This record gives sequence, C-alpha cells and structure tokens, in this order.
Amino acid sequence: MISPIPFRLVNTTRLGVKNLLLHKMRSILTMLGIIFGVASVIAMLAIGEGASFEAQEAIKELGSNNVIARSIKPPDSEQTSGGQQGMVVIYGLTYRDAERIRATIPGIQEVYPMRIFRENVRFDTRQIQAQVTGTLPSHIDLLNVPIQRGRFLTEVDQHYRRNVAVISENLAQRLFDFREPVGSEIRIGSHYYRIVGVVADQRPSSKSQPITRLSQSEDFVYIPLSVARSRFGELIVRVTSGSREFEQVELHQITVRFDDVSQVEIASEQIRTLLRSFHEKNDFQLVVPLQLLRQAEQTKRIFNIVLGSIAALSLLVGGIGIMNIMLATVTERTREIGVRRALGAKKSDIVTQFLVETIVLSVGGGIIGLAIGILIPVAVATLTNMVTIITVWSLGLAFGISVVIGIIFGLYPASRAANMDPIEALRHE
Amino acid sequence: MPPIIQIEDVHKVYQLGSVQVKALRGVSIEFAQGSYWAIMGSSGSGKSTLLNLLGCLDRPTSGRYRLGGDDVSDLDDDRLSEIRGRRIGFVFQSYNLIDQLTVLENIHVPLFYQNEDSPQSFERCAELARRVGLGDRLNHRPSELSGGQQQRVAIARSLANDPLVILADEPTGNLDSQTEDEVLDLIDELHQQGKTIIMVTHDDHVAQRAERVIHMKDGLIHRQVINREGRLSHP
Repeated sequence: MISPIPFRLVNTTRLGVKNLLLHKMRSILTMLGIIFGVASVIAMLAIGEGASFEAQEAIKELGSNNVIARSIKPPDSEQTSGGQQGMVVIYGLTYRDAERIRATIPGIQEVYPMRIFRENVRFDTRQIQAQVTGTLPSHIDLLNVPIQRGRFLTEVDQHYRRNVAVISENLAQRLFDFREPVGSEIRIGSHYYRIVGVVADQRPSSKSQPITRLSQSEDFVYIPLSVARSRFGELIVRVTSGSREFEQVELHQITVRFDDVSQVEIASEQIRTLLRSFHEKNDFQLVVPLQLLRQAEQTKRIFNIVLGSIAALSLLVGGIGIMNIMLATVTERTREIGVRRALGAKKSDIVTQFLVETIVLSVGGGIIGLAIGILIPVAVATLTNMVTIITVWSLGLAFGISVVIGIIFGLYPASRAANMDPIEALRHE
Repeated sequence: MPPIIQIEDVHKVYQLGSVQVKALRGVSIEFAQGSYWAIMGSSGSGKSTLLNLLGCLDRPTSGRYRLGGDDVSDLDDDRLSEIRGRRIGFVFQSYNLIDQLTVLENIHVPLFYQNEDSPQSFERCAELARRVGLGDRLNHRPSELSGGQQQRVAIARSLANDPLVILADEPTGNLDSQTEDEVLDLIDELHQQGKTIIMVTHDDHVAQRAERVIHMKDGLIHRQVINREGRLSHP
C-alpha cells in the first residue's frame, strides 16, 4: 500500500456517486439550485463583460493619452440669436487656444487642431455625406491606421493650401467601386479636391456604434487645415426653418496628445483652467477618454458587485437545499452509519463519507451549471448580435463557489451523522 | 494461556433524565480463546449492555475490560473504533448489510476502514463468501438474497478482519427454524476452526449449541451453565 488516503478518497467518492445515483430524481432536484446559481453567474458575467468591453473599446479608440477639447455652442446663445436675428454667434476654440496649450502645458507630444464639417462628397453621379476634417499632416499619428494607397497630407499641402484630400477606405469603395481613387477629383461643397491617398478605416469591423464614438459616420475625408480655413471660411451659415443663423468657429476640436498616460489627468485640469481664462462663455467641452475609461471600469465594478450578490444569494439558496436533503439522507441512513461505526469507521470516516457526497452533489451541479452557463452567452451572442465574453476567472469563481458551498453546507449534516451514538444508530428502525 | 477477554467488576450506569439506571452492577468474567458462549436473560437483564461493552461500542462506568491483553476501558472514540475494526466481528439480528453494496463489498467494509485495498484483500473476501456458501453471489445486492443468505454474508463480513472474538446478537432471531440451524451450523463450524464466539440469545435451543451459558439477571451474572467442556478451556 503506497498511500491509503487517495485510494480511500477515490473509493469514498465512488461510493458517494453510487449513493446519489440510487436516488437520481432526488439528486437532480437537489442540484438544480446550484445549477441555476452557477449558470446565472457565468452567463451574467459574460454578458456584462461583453457590454463593458464594447464601451471600453469605444473609449480606447479615442486614445487614453489624449485630451479632446471640442467647441460647443454656449447654452445662452440660443436666446440671443433668437432675439437678434441675423447676428453672428462667435464661439468655440481658436488657433490661439491651440498655440497657448502647446506653449504652456508640459508633457505634450502633439497638438492637433481640427475643423470638422459634415459635407456631401461627390464623385461622378454619386454623393455621400461624410465627415470632412481639416487637419495637420501629423494627424496620421493620431489615426494610427495604415495608409493603403498614395500618401497622407504633407506640410507642402498645408503650406501651399493645395486642394488635396485623403479619404477613408470605406468611402473610397462607395465612391469609386473598383476604379482608382488616387488622382481622381472629388467635389466637397463647391470646391474640387484631388485625392492623394486612402487610409484604412478606424475600426474595420465594429459591430455596434457606441455613443462615445467621434462620429456616427464611418466615412472620413481629410484635407489640409489651411485649406479648410480658406475654402470653407470661418463663417458658417445655417438655414433653419425660415431664419438664418450665422456662426463663426475657428476650430471645432483640439486633440492634445501626451507622452505618458500618467500626465493626462493633471494636464487635463490645466487645459481646462487655461481655456476657461480665455473663454468667458462656456463654449468648449473637455473630453478625457482616460476618465471615461475609469468611469466605465467603476461602473463595471459596481455591476459585478450587484451580479455577485445575486449569484451568491442564489448559490446560498442552492446550498440550503443541499443541506436539507443531506439531513434527510443522514436520518434515512442512520442504521448504515451505526453499522459502519461498529465495523471500525471513525467519526472522521463518517464525516468524510457524507461530506464527499455533498461535494459530489454540489460539484456535479457546478459542472452542469458551467456547461449551461457557457451555452447561454454563446446563444445570446449568436441570436442578438451582442458581444459576450466568457472569462476564465468567472468559470473558476462559479466552480470554486459551488465546491465551497458543498463543504459549508455538507459539514453540518456530516457532523450530525458522525456524532450519532453507534448503539442508538444500530437500533434505529 | 491468558483469557482473551477479561472483565473485572464492571458497572454501567445510564442517566435517563433524573433517574439513574444501573444496567450492570459489578460483572466479572473471563472468556478463554476458542470458547463458545451464550448469554441469556430477560430484557432489562443487562445482556445487551454487556454485549455493547464487549463490542467496544460503549465504555464501562467503572471496572476494567481487557481485550487481547490490552486495557480498553478508557480509550477514546477513535481508538475504540480502531479496536472494533481490528479485533471484533459483529453479527446482528437483522443482518445489517449495507443495501447499496454488493455481497463482496459488504464483506470488505471492515477492511475498507483498515485501509486494506489490495486485490488480495478482495480475494480474501471472496474466499470468505465461498466459505459461507455464497461464492456464486459475489455481485448480488443484499435485497436479492434470502434472510439466511444475508446472515451468512454478515458472518463472512465478521470474519474479514480476522477478529479475536465474534459477537453475535440474536443471530437467528429473524430466521425460520431451518435456516436457523444452517446459520448455527456455520457458527459451530467457525468454533471448530478455533474462533472465540459470544452469542446473545433468548432461545434455550440456540443456547444449547454453546459450550457455556451465562444467565444474566438485574445487571449481574445470575448463574453459569457448562454444557460441555471446550477444547481449549482446560489444558
């Protein structure tokens, strides 16, 4: 005999399984609580994980070491323009702002001033609405996508105000089909632009459109900032139901990129203070993707705690069900316990026997629950287009809890069995 | 040759609520190795208490109990379990086989708790089953056997750990007269082979099989009857 303990454990487990198979219906009903508990933990965590993954991806797309300042129409301008029709509303970020940020805030890698319009882009007979961004040549670093054809904007384009454009892959395909886009001319607004390059789409196969996304459209056109300034002008006329509104905005967005993520939060506050001192009207908005990410993580944590509590509760109920049945089993098998004690079983042997039986029940329920818990998110993902992520730790957690439940709720019935007086137990009818 | 069991002035007092019940009031007796005893007495005479003490299922309130030369009067629960598992074979009135186990597994139970798991130990159990005439029923469940067969399995089980003494509590109480004789013949056979046997019964006819009979009354040994001299009891 090499080591008696594993053998006995194996044998005791075998015995436990055998005893449970003797009452199949009862065992299955007992396991149901654990099965549902474990399955719901895994399914809920997978769905929650998937949802927060999507949100986090969307935020990451904005760049965690970026701070984005956007021009917004000040809230009180609506009334003034209503009263004074025809007045020009001047608001938003300026070229000076971009210069000030670049000059005063430490740790900046690059500042990207942008003008952003929604315009119809025409080629031949086709017309597609796209986001037209007037930007600097360095914008390609911000995009972080490969150039598929031609080149991106250059300093020369910027300096000489060349009417050139770089378009995104999706737009190129929709406008040109299989024709060569580079070298062709497209019309944006009232001007013609020669296409010099095609860049890949930012997220090629995103399933959903999160709200935090920069734009609803996946079609992008990039033109030199200098061109955007001179061709589009800073005065924007908006015709709304009979009345005209004039707005003057220099820059729609300034994206500030930092060397290091650790600088972002302090620097974003510095940018806010800096901009506030030059903008009396509340006409800008600061988006800090890092903070959004933190918030998303916080939300996820709370979500997980709520889910965890529900799951713990359902497993607790399952555990109580198991204990109930085990107490009945112990009473039912009093005579057997007496016989085993008479034949040399120690109290610890009896404890082991009933504990193993309880653990077999809960682990069995755990395994079935695991299988169902994996199937549910897979089914949800295939049926509803939702992203679900089954994490290994959630499987481990659910399974671990079911084992722990087995031990905790098995101890009492087992110790009751072990502490029976053998003489009384033998006499039990 | 020293006796295999020595009991000296053993008392057993139960506390039933506020009432003290003196089940044994000073019993002294010795059982020689290889002897065959019957214990008789009306209910409440203390014969069951005595058997429980002999079987190490209980401890005496006072007095000494030596089993195989070792004092087992004051052992703790685990040590008593061990003694039961190694030195005592039990045969019960209602067989007390474990329903969910086969004949072979039932016989093996005492060895299971002694960590005996070798194929040889199972072979030994199969041999015991053959010895009681059930070699062809090894994989049957107790519920598939007759009462007599079940009791024979129980007897085989009591032999599995090669005990110092076999304690039989009314072993034929649930059997008809024909199977009763078969089981008693089997016990006789064990006795012939040198086993020490102590049997509780209330049936004179059954008690006649033993070498000596103890009559218990009111927690004391009332009288001893010698049916015949055993082979080993006198040199």
